Amino acid sequence: MIIDHPLLGPRDSAEFVYLGDACLIERPDWQDENALDAFHDYLYLRDNPAGEHRELWFHEQGDRSWLVVTRNTLTHEITKVELARDVARALGRSK
Amino acid sequence: MSNTASRQSHRLSGGLVDRNAPLDFTFNGSHYQGFEGDTVASALVANGVKLVGRSFKYHRPRGILTAGSEEPNALLTIGRGAYAEPNTRATVAELYNGLAASSQNHRGPLGFDFMAVNDFFSPFLSAGFYYKTFMWPRAFWEKVYEPLIRKSAGLGALSGEPDPSTYDKGFLHCDVLVIGAGPAGLMAAKTAALSGARVILADEDFRLGGRLNSETYEIDGMPGSEWAQSIVQELSEMDNVRVMPRTTVYGSYDHGIYGALERARDHLSDQGDKPRQILWRIYSKRAILCAGAIERPIAFGDNDRPGIMMAGAVRSYVNRWGAAPGKRVAIFTSNDDGWRTAADLSAKGIEVAAVIDPRTGNAPYQIPNTQIFMGDAVAGTYGRKGITQIALASGREIPVDCLAVSGGWSPNLQLTCHQRGRPAWREDIAAFVPDQGIPVGMSVAGAANGELSLKSALTEGLNKANAALKDLGMKTAPQAAPKSDDEKIAATPFFYVKESKARAWVDQQNDVTVKDVKLAHQEGFRSVEHLKRYTTLGMATDQGKTANVVGLAIMANARGQSIPETGTTIFRPPYTPVPIGALAGRARGKDFRPYRLTPSHSWAEEQGATFVEVGMWMRAQYFPKPGDKSWRDTVNREVETTRNSVGICDVTTLGKIDIQGRDAAEFLNRVYINGFAKLAVGKTRYGMMLREDGIAMDDGTTARLGETHYVMTTTTANAGPVFRHLEFCRQCLWPDLDVHLISTTDGWAQFAVAGPNSRKLLQKVVDTDTDLSNEGFPFMACSEITVCGGTPGRLFRISFSGELAYEIAVPARYGDALIRALIKAGEEFGVTPYGTEALGVMRIEKGHAAGAELPGTTTAQNLGMGGMISKKKDCIGNTLSERPDLNRDDGLRLVGFRPVDRSQHLKAGWHFLSKGSPCDMAHDEGWMTSVAFSPSLDHSIGLGFITRGSDRMGEIVRAVSPATNVDIEVEIVSPHFIDPEGERLRV
Repeated sequence: MIIDHPLLGPRDSAEFVYLGDACLIERPDWQDENALDAFHDYLYLRDNPAGEHRELWFHEQGDRSWLVVTRNTLTHEITKVELARDVARALGRSK
Repeated sequence: MSNTASRQSHRLSGGLVDRNAPLDFTFNGSHYQGFEGDTVASALVANGVKLVGRSFKYHRPRGILTAGSEEPNALLTIGRGAYAEPNTRATVAELYNGLAASSQNHRGPLGFDFMAVNDFFSPFLSAGFYYKTFMWPRAFWEKVYEPLIRKSAGLGALSGEPDPSTYDKGFLHCDVLVIGAGPAGLMAAKTAALSGARVILADEDFRLGGRLNSETYEIDGMPGSEWAQSIVQELSEMDNVRVMPRTTVYGSYDHGIYGALERARDHLSDQGDKPRQILWRIYSKRAILCAGAIERPIAFGDNDRPGIMMAGAVRSYVNRWGAAPGKRVAIFTSNDDGWRTAADLSAKGIEVAAVIDPRTGNAPYQIPNTQIFMGDAVAGTYGRKGITQIALASGREIPVDCLAVSGGWSPNLQLTCHQRGRPAWREDIAAFVPDQGIPVGMSVAGAANGELSLKSALTEGLNKANAALKDLGMKTAPQAAPKSDDEKIAATPFFYVKESKARAWVDQQNDVTVKDVKLAHQEGFRSVEHLKRYTTLGMATDQGKTANVVGLAIMANARGQSIPETGTTIFRPPYTPVPIGALAGRARGKDFRPYRLTPSHSWAEEQGATFVEVGMWMRAQYFPKPGDKSWRDTVNREVETTRNSVGICDVTTLGKIDIQGRDAAEFLNRVYINGFAKLAVGKTRYGMMLREDGIAMDDGTTARLGETHYVMTTTTANAGPVFRHLEFCRQCLWPDLDVHLISTTDGWAQFAVAGPNSRKLLQKVVDTDTDLSNEGFPFMACSEITVCGGTPGRLFRISFSGELAYEIAVPARYGDALIRALIKAGEEFGVTPYGTEALGVMRIEKGHAAGAELPGTTTAQNLGMGGMISKKKDCIGNTLSERPDLNRDDGLRLVGFRPVDRSQHLKAGWHFLSKGSPCDMAHDEGWMTSVAFSPSLDHSIGLGFITRGSDRMGEIVRAVSPATNVDIEVEIVSPHFIDPEGERLRV
C-alpha cells in the first residue's frame, strides 16, 4: 500500500507501523465520574467496519509523524491522510 | 547411455533457433543436443523424447502438454548438486550448454517406475481417499501414513544443501506497466512510450512477442515475429522504456504495486557471482495486463498419454522451434483455432492423419490429404509410454504418434483476481473474462480480455494504452494499429467426451479425473470451493491453469446448471512459483535482519569476547580468559571482580531518548507512574511505565540535565516501542504540550563502571573540575562533564549491579577510545570488563526486574511497585490499574527463591506449588522467571512470581517441571539477595 503522507508525499506502507482505530486519540478524562468504565470502553471496544476505517499509522522509518489514515477495509483504498496532531486538536485536545 | 550427442530426429527447418549455436545437454544422463533459443522442452521434442515424467499420484507416464508457463506435467530437476532446482517447468527453462535435467517422482528408471503400481490401485485412490482411509488409528498419521504419502505422492526433491546462488531485490517506478509482450502488450507499450510516459514492459519469456513467435501471422507485411522484434528494438532504444524479458509479474498488490521475478542468470551455464534472480517491486500508476490466453484441454479417455499435446503448443514447437512433436499427427479441436495447427503442420510437410471436430457442419479450413471427422470426438487412446493410436467415438481407430487437442482458449486473467476480482463467463468464446473487482489502475487488453483475434488484440492494446494515458493527463500520440490478419476464432463449449470408457484427466498435475469431479458431486462437495478442496483440482503449483474451466464445466453439468451459475474459484499470487531464496533476497544467514555493533565491539573482539544478539545488537556476553574451565568460571570471575573491585560493561544498547521543552516535566509525569514534576536538575530517578491497560510496559531511569532537558533510558529491547509510545502520547493525546523527543540511542556510547573502586577509576578519566566525592556527586546524581581532557560527556550515578556505580557517556565516536581509557585507568585495580551474563547475575542478586519479569502480563502490583502509582496525577495506565482483579489480595508478587538443598540448580519456567498440592493447573501458584548461580552466595538463586509472595517469606514451596520430572523444595525469600538495604550504592 501507499500512504500519501501530508508532509512527505506518497510513501510505501512498509515505512509505517500500524496501531489501530483512530478513536485511541480520544482518551477519556481520568477525573471523570465514570472514568473506569470510560477507559474500559476506550481501550477495549472497537468497531470493526467493513468499509471506511480511520486508523493510526506511525511513520517509524520516516519523520515519526503519527497519521490518521482513512482506509477502506474491503478495498484498501485510502481516501484521506491527516496528521494525527491536527485531528487531536480538532477534537479539542490540547495539553 | 550414449556419450555422443544424438541426432535431433524431430528437428525441422526454420524456427527461431540459432543453428550455428548448438548446445549439449543431458536428460536422465543421456546426452542430447539443442540450439540456442531452445527451451528444455523444445530440445526434448526435437530429439523425439516424449516421456518426461511420472504423475503425482498414480505415477502415470507423462509427456509435455504445453509450450508455456502453464505446463502441468513436464516438471524437471535442472542443475547439479546444490544448484539443482526441482519442479522446473521444462517449457520455460531456457537451454544452455551443459544443462543437466532429470525427471522426478519415480523409483527405478523413468521407463519402469515401481510406483506405477498405484495406477492399478486407482479404484481405491480416488478423490477424498486420504480423508477416508487414513483416519485410523490416529497415532499412525504422523509416523506412518504421512511420510508414506509424502514419499510416494510428490514432486522433485531439494538438494538438501544450502542454496549457493545469490538473489537480489529491487524497486522500480513507472507510469505504465505493461504485463506481457505479445501483440497487445507491444502495441500498448509502444503507444505509451511514444507519448513520453515512463514504461516498463515485462514478459516471462526470453524472446518477446508472445504468440507472434508461435504463429504464422503477418503484420504490416512482415512475419509476426519480425514485427515483434522491430518493436522491441524500437522500445529498447528509448530512454523512458525499460524492457524486461525473463521477468514474470507474479502478483498484483494494493495501489498499483506489482511483484515481479526476473530470472537474470538462470539461462547461463555459469552464473558467476552475480544474482541469479531479482525480485522487483514495481510501483505503477497504471498497468495494462496483456497476458494472452491459455489453451484448455478436452477430457477424454486416457487423454494424458505422452504425445498428447495442446494444439497451440504443437504450433509453437513447429513454428518457433522447428521441432516436430510427431510425424503423424491427429488434431482434436472444438474450435476454429485448432484447425490452424492442421494447416501449419501440413505446410511444414508433416502428415496430418485426421482432424476431429465435435461440431457439425462444414470444416472451417481446407486441409489437403487429411481425413476430416465433423461431429465426432476422440474417446480413447493407446500406448503406455507414448500414444500409438486413437479411438473415435464413432468407433474408428487411427494410428498416430501425436494428438493435438484444443478445447478453446481461456483468457489468462490470474492477475485480475489477486484482489478478489471475479471473472464473468462469456458464452461466445466459451470462457471466463475479467469482470468485477480487477485491481485499481489495471486495465486488460487482448486475449487476456477475451479479444482472441490478432487484429482485435492489436487494436485493444492501442486503445487501452491511450485510455491509460488520458487518465494520467498525458498526451496521446495519434497512431493506428498496424495491418494484420483477422483469423477465425469461432468456438463451441465442449469439455468432455461422454463416450470415453477409460479415465479422463482434468487436472494432470494433481491427477484429478472426471470421475473424481463426479464423485465430489455425488458426495455433496458441489460448490466450486468444496470441489477444489475435496479433489485438489487446481491446487497444484500450476493453480489449474489448464484444468480449472474443464473441471467447473463437468461440475456444472452434474448439477444441471450453467457454468456461470456454478461459478469459478479465483487465483492468488504468485502467478508462477517464486523461489523462497528470491523472497529472502540478501536477508539470510547473519544478514537475516540488520544488527548493530556497540562502540566497544572492536575492543571486545580483541579481548576474545563471546557475543550474543540482544534486540538487534551484538553484545559481549562474557570475556573468557585462559584457564577458565567454562563460561560459568568466567562469569563468576567477572561478578566477583566487580563486587570486590571494579568492572566495566557497555550499556550503549539501552534506549536513550532526549526529551526537551517547557512541558517536559509534565510530560514525564504523565507517562511514568511515579512523580517526576519535582525531580531536581542534576538528579536521576527510576521510573516505571504502564500500558493504558495497567500492565507494566518498561522501566528505566530519567536524568534531568537542565531546566527543560531530560534524558530517558529504556530497556534495550523496548527502545523502539517506548519511543513510538511517547510520540503517540505527545502527538495524539496532548498535542499542545511543549515537548520534543529525539532518539539518541546510537548517538552516545555509554559504559557502566561498577564496584567499590569505580570512583577511584573514574577520577583518573573524568576531568578534575567534576567533584566525584560522595557529597559532591551523590547517589542518583547526574551531570554534563568532560573526560580525558575536554571531551564532552555525561555522568550518571546509577547502579544496576547494586554496587557503587556510575554510567559514563560520550558521543558514540569516542566510545572506542573511552573503553580503552577506562580499562587502562582500571589496571591498577584489576578491572574486569563484564558481559550480559554477569550483568544478569548481578541484577538477579539485587532483585531488579528485567525482560523476563516484564513479559507484558505483569502489573506494577505484581512487581511490588503498586505503591509507586501516584494517585494525585493522571498517567498512562493509572485508571485501569485500579481494576479490582489487578488488585486482589491473592495476586502474584515478585519474590526471590533459593533451593532448600543449596546444591540444586534452579531453572526459569518452573512452576510453584504448595507442599502437598496435586500437580495440576488448578493448584498452580506462579512461576520462576529468572535464575542465576550467585557466586556471592555460592548457590543457585531465582526470581519469580508467586501468589501472595510478599506475605510468605520463609515458606517452603515446591518448584516443579512435570515435563522434565522436577519437583524440588525452594524457600521464598526477599528478591534482594545482596545488600538489601542498598548501603553499597551510597558510599
